[in-house]
Amino acid sequence: MGSFIARRSAQSLIALVGLVVAVFFLARLTGDPTNLYLPIDASVEAREEFRAKYGFDDPLIVQFGRFLGDLGTGDLGESIRKSRPALEVVLEAMPTTLKLAGITMGLALALAIVIGSLAAYRPGGAFDRIASVISLLGASAPDFWIAISGIILFAVTLNWLPTSGMGPPIYWVMPIAVLLVRPFGLLVQVVRGAMIGALSSAYVKTARAKGVREERVIFVHALRNSMLAVITVASDQAAGLVNGAVIVETVFGFPGVGKLMIDAIIQRDFALIQASIIVTAIAIFALNILVDIAYAMLDPRIRHH
Amino acid sequence: MAIAERPAAPIPEPRGVLASALAMLWRDKLACIAAVYLLLIALCAIFGPALLGNVGTGLNLQMRNAPPGSIEQGWTFIFGADALGRPILPRIVIAAQNTLGVATAAVLTSMIIGGLLGLIAGYSGGWLAVVIMRFADIVMSFPSLLLAVVVLYVFEPRVANLVLVLAITRMPVYIRTTRAEVLEIRERMYVSAARVLGASTGRILARHIAPLVVPTLITVATLDFAFVMLAESALSFLGIGIQPPEVTWGLMVAQGRNYLSSAWWLAFFPGLAIMLTTLALNLLSGWVRLATDPEQRWRLEIKKRRHA
Amino acid sequence: MPDPHHLLEVRGLAVEFHTAQGTVHALAGVDYHLDRGETLAILGESGSGKSVSASAIMNILDVPPGYITGGEILLEGKNLLEMSAAERRRINGERIAMIFQDPLAHLNPVYSAGFQIEEALRAHKSMSARDARSRAITLLEHVGIPDPARRIDDYPHQFSGGQRQRVMIAMALALRPDVLIADEPTTALDVTVQAQILELLKQLQAETGMGLLLITHDLGVVADVADRVVVMHRGRIGEGGSVRDVFKAPSQDYTRRLLAAIPGRGPHDPARAPRADAPLLEVRELCKHFPVTAGLMRRETGEVVRALDGVSFEVGAGETLGIVGESGSGKSTLARTLLRLEQPTSGEARFHGDRIFALDAERLRAFRRAFQVVFQDPFASLNPRMTVLDIVSEPWAIHKGVLPRARWRDKAAELLERVGMESSHLRRYPHQFSGGQRQRIAIARALALEPELIICDEAVSALDVSIQAQVIELLKELRDALGLSYLFIAHDLAVVRDLADRVAVMQRGKIVELGTCEQIFERPEHPYTRTLLAASPEPDPDVQTERRRRRAASFAA
Repeated sequence: MGSFIARRSAQSLIALVGLVVAVFFLARLTGDPTNLYLPIDASVEAREEFRAKYGFDDPLIVQFGRFLGDLGTGDLGESIRKSRPALEVVLEAMPTTLKLAGITMGLALALAIVIGSLAAYRPGGAFDRIASVISLLGASAPDFWIAISGIILFAVTLNWLPTSGMGPPIYWVMPIAVLLVRPFGLLVQVVRGAMIGALSSAYVKTARAKGVREERVIFVHALRNSMLAVITVASDQAAGLVNGAVIVETVFGFPGVGKLMIDAIIQRDFALIQASIIVTAIAIFALNILVDIAYAMLDPRIRHH
Repeated sequence: MAIAERPAAPIPEPRGVLASALAMLWRDKLACIAAVYLLLIALCAIFGPALLGNVGTGLNLQMRNAPPGSIEQGWTFIFGADALGRPILPRIVIAAQNTLGVATAAVLTSMIIGGLLGLIAGYSGGWLAVVIMRFADIVMSFPSLLLAVVVLYVFEPRVANLVLVLAITRMPVYIRTTRAEVLEIRERMYVSAARVLGASTGRILARHIAPLVVPTLITVATLDFAFVMLAESALSFLGIGIQPPEVTWGLMVAQGRNYLSSAWWLAFFPGLAIMLTTLALNLLSGWVRLATDPEQRWRLEIKKRRHA
Repeated sequence: MPDPHHLLEVRGLAVEFHTAQGTVHALAGVDYHLDRGETLAILGESGSGKSVSASAIMNILDVPPGYITGGEILLEGKNLLEMSAAERRRINGERIAMIFQDPLAHLNPVYSAGFQIEEALRAHKSMSARDARSRAITLLEHVGIPDPARRIDDYPHQFSGGQRQRVMIAMALALRPDVLIADEPTTALDVTVQAQILELLKQLQAETGMGLLLITHDLGVVADVADRVVVMHRGRIGEGGSVRDVFKAPSQDYTRRLLAAIPGRGPHDPARAPRADAPLLEVRELCKHFPVTAGLMRRETGEVVRALDGVSFEVGAGETLGIVGESGSGKSTLARTLLRLEQPTSGEARFHGDRIFALDAERLRAFRRAFQVVFQDPFASLNPRMTVLDIVSEPWAIHKGVLPRARWRDKAAELLERVGMESSHLRRYPHQFSGGQRQRIAIARALALEPELIICDEAVSALDVSIQAQVIELLKELRDALGLSYLFIAHDLAVVRDLADRVAVMQRGKIVELGTCEQIFERPEHPYTRTLLAASPEPDPDVQTERRRRRAASFAA
């Protein structure tokens, strides 16, 4: 198991490194990163000063070395607008996004497992049809439109929920509901497919031939095997959740990393943009490692390879 | 010599490809509706701006934020009008061109290039395959929206850049799918049989591998089209995609965001258009998957029986 | 007063399957019975419905698309079909148990062997975890798993094929059921392992006095283990009776055809002298090693798997050499290497004197034309998206100049008819044909370039016994008409016997014995050859009884 985790982590690490390098070169591809950092109306002198201060006229290799060195010490530049270290700003916003994503994923998984299993038990039955419709709609709906329609309906017209902002749990209801839609739709399909496969498998026949109770057949035999496929998809969804979080945070005004990034774009605060990307990439990397561990714990064949 | 085996299944009358495709489409009613809807949208995309250009862009401050159903000024105002008095329905039709155009360009690019890269990675192996797969991993492991956002920030949101960015962020899906298929097919016995016959690599790729890979690519592309549309809409919504005065459905939703309490129809109808189109694409992709597989095709060719 | 009921009786059982292509009558009214201490075999080929009644008994029939439309299943007189689901669940495992064909697929891969055995125990009896565990260890020991206290925590993939089947048997017999149903329990196993498992089953039956219902397609297994047999064909029972009666004096046509189709009986054909002086194919000290990788970076550990370990033999023009071996013997690697699908590690092979592994492009083309193959799996060796015409004419598309395009269709039709199919089949796709028919298409493809030698890599192993006989007939006829040489690879000695002039026996990458057919079968010298011959069950109940007696005597002695 150790070698499996190590190998997968190495792969993720390479991806992470690749991304960081890409970010570095991306900023310099247009020639002069100064233009990215400073507002459009900055004077020529201000640009000269800036360039010299941050060493953007040094050779590329030197810059890269400095970049890596800074990364190592946790210095991701300084946010122009907020006059604070970019890393600090990003880390402040992180918990909100993590909470949003975490609760959403947990709910999506739990609901998908229940509904997907019920749908798989009687393929073609009522539950199955409902599940198919839900997942189809979930996969087709633009999240920003759902968010807006939700606001129109529940906040403006019915006045049940607040339109935006963060605060006590009621403010979280709509953002989480909107963020749920896509991953839930997809996971329901995956759970359903995996459970149908598991329930028609040979080892389930054996379990029934042994006289095992039906609940045990579903939740001990079939579900455990299905979880492997589900976890793989769920971890891919993590990247998608961040996408969704950007939209949801922007529409509902949640002070998370997504909104931070969009605001940074509008305000042309490149240090913040860069820091957001790097921190997000590291978070995803950590998530992947957790998923690999979970995977290895669930499947003994991987442990003994 | 007697052949004591059961006779093969009866073969239907040979038909033209188009005729049999239409027949199979008719069997799956939902997919049929989806196909008709998509055809309609495609027509809007191609002919919309030419036919309705003036109607959709002309300012009419009298009809500012007119609610849906106010057809006194003409049938075009059936969905209402926006803040500048422009009727919503024709604008949706016009915006179809940009929305679908960008998505089509992006999907074609990533499908062709991604498919080729996946083919190379799967069949030849070696360091080239490793590089291709690492590239796919890097792009895939990161939220596409953030990537697109950064790239468009650096390179400015022009249409060409938008298409390129969307194509690159979706390419890994094609690369991985193609590579997985090629790896699996490569080991199949009939490929070994062809090698034993002396077939060249080119022949094996063209005759044995590609015919199985292309239908999968098309199925993936159909689904991916929906995804790209949603991504472009999201980017335009956030203000980083297509810029005014060009119009896409996503942009229209963004523009309606300020009027949620007073004129909800500004944001609602364009979003509905996005939703229905992606829904239709998802429905159609399931049909495409069945229709392109000779072993599964019977599901679309034989009437379903009612069971006791 | 003796119980008037049979232990298990099936009366008039009828089962239907509703598929998109119509209703299939899997069972059309089937009767049989089983008593304590006896072994009943249900003998049938694929599609006969032999496993369906077992599924119905165990209540694991897929409903839909399957439906029981009539009949009764009586366990000591009580009709199972009228019982509640809860009652049937109680009977499963406690009174009737079942073991299946593919133990790897039938054991849950994510739980240990101990977990699954204990589950069987605790599903029916309340016992503490500790008691269940010690009982499970006892069971594993009883079925012959060495070091059971440690292996109880191993997972299914950590056992060998034979051991997995033993684990399944332990699980099934945990509660000492009255009836054990064994559905093709040894089909996926090597012949030597098969013999051990059958022995184990007989022994356990003698101990517990249970009834054994054995479902199989293998007449040898029936002759070896069963007391009575019923023959199934297309959902009906043809005939039934004691094994001796049915085998010695079959009353029905189908049974007679089945018995006649058994390969490897009758006198040996005299070994035909090879035509030319120089051998067609010469193989010298052929070696193929696969490196073993392990660890983080899949580094090569320096160890190798010796798939081929110095193989040498010759095949003359017009001769058929049979190669026999169990799994891991290297016979498939041999085929792949000679076909140049793999590169050998060392050694050489010559075809018409030319070194196969050092051919230039021109000679390589000629080699490919003369040296063809028919693979084992008829479902995988034909491209599902090509029509039969495309498949059979592909050789001419690759070797341009051999046949002008205009003549392809006619020649393809000719080849199809030669292998016993019709020219109208050219327009169809492979999935519309049965396994035997697809194999004929594969043979037609192999013949397209008029080869000199064809490697048959387990070409008939996946076919039913009666179809097998037909395809072997076809191969013989083609050989005589066209002067072909065959390298016939199989794991079943009996099959090779009908076709081969000489036979090579392989074990762990080496040829342990090579001789004429008659020599190998009548006067085997190497102990492994002898073991192989002894383990292959003869479809003659008297012979098998004699073998058992001798084995028991040698243990007692």
